[in-house]
Amino acid sequence: MSDIAERVKKIVIEHLGVDAEKVTDNASFIDDLGADSLDNVELVMAFEEEFGVEIPDDAAETIQTVGDAVSFLEKNSA
Amino acid sequence: MFDLTGKTALVTGATGGIGEAIARALHARGATVTLSGTREERLAALASDLGERAHVAAANLSSREDVDGLVPAAEAAMGGLDILVNNAGITRDNIFMRMKDEEWDQVLEVNLTAAFRLTRAAIKGMMKRRYGRIIGITSIVGVTGNPGQVNYAAAKAGLIGMSKSLAREVASRNITVNTIAPGFIETAMTDALNEKQRTSILETIPAGRLGSGDEIAAAAVYLASTEGAYVTGQTIHVNGGMAMI
Ligand SMILES: NC(=O)c1ccc[n+]([C@@H]2O[C@H](COP(=O)([O-])OP(=O)(O)OC[C@H]3O[C@@H](n4cnc5c(N)ncnc54)[C@H](OP(=O)(O)O)[C@@H]3O)[C@@H](O)[C@H]2O)c1
Repeated sequence: MSDIAERVKKIVIEHLGVDAEKVTDNASFIDDLGADSLDNVELVMAFEEEFGVEIPDDAAETIQTVGDAVSFLEKNSA
Repeated sequence: MFDLTGKTALVTGATGGIGEAIARALHARGATVTLSGTREERLAALASDLGERAHVAAANLSSREDVDGLVPAAEAAMGGLDILVNNAGITRDNIFMRMKDEEWDQVLEVNLTAAFRLTRAAIKGMMKRRYGRIIGITSIVGVTGNPGQVNYAAAKAGLIGMSKSLAREVASRNITVNTIAPGFIETAMTDALNEKQRTSILETIPAGRLGSGDEIAAAAVYLASTEGAYVTGQTIHVNGGMAMI
């Protein structure tokens, strides 16, 4: 697992208070991990902080799963 | 009770009667305040009168660019923003059939759109810090209506609807969103009334007098406080009994 994936998963586990084994690449924040739309916004803010990137609203809307977040950050973080 | 030490607040319309009273009251309870308005000298005078814990950030709320800069400026000056008071407001009265598009647009822009955009900018930091108090100064007119003020009443009612909806979205994050609806308060806005208007208004107020800015500020302190945490999506009417809702 890449370092980015590791850090993303840690944020998701902490923020949503879910078990580590549930946080798979395909896990959808809302459908599988019990997030509401506000949690999604907060996860994006937490990713921005952790990775020092700005995630524009239209990109944020495409980040629905753990894997979406990891691949966005792999492409866009320094 | 109602200690605001360590809290940071931005008050728009701080050069006006009600805004100044709110800024003074929050400051007196220990908050650090950023004062906003367009009259820079007035802002500087108020800030120096308050002394420590007072910052100035001038902005014309009919300019979207100014609005965009205001919350970041306040956050930079104070290191955060816990309390946002959307108080600035204007009237452009006219009977409905003569109401011009510009009169409608200006009032909606300053009284509602600026409040929406400032709140959107402020809420992000509040979510992160898990603390926020958004206070909108609406008006009794936004609830009861008033001839000659379709634009103003629409904007003030809009502020109430916006606040209730947002209150539902962010309540779980320890952010409250409320409005205060003044009746007739002694300020520049009501100084413009003539004697006849004043007399007829007084007849409708059970308390038999206009209110003071301090009486609005007292409600703002309550809503801003940690003690007010369980009050959200509400409108506090401060109107001498003029309307009982
Ligand atoms: N007085 C009442 O009886 C009463 C009743 C119900 C509701 N209210 C509401 O209470 C609030 C405060 O009113 P007030 O009585 O204190 O009125 P005020 O003395 O006329 O003050 C209005 C404030 O709004 C600011 N403002 C106006 N246009 C602005 C703009 N384009 N950009 C930035 N700031 C602007 C003014 O700042 P500058 O002068 O520096 O531009 C001033 O500080 C308003 O929202 C009003 O609708 C008042």
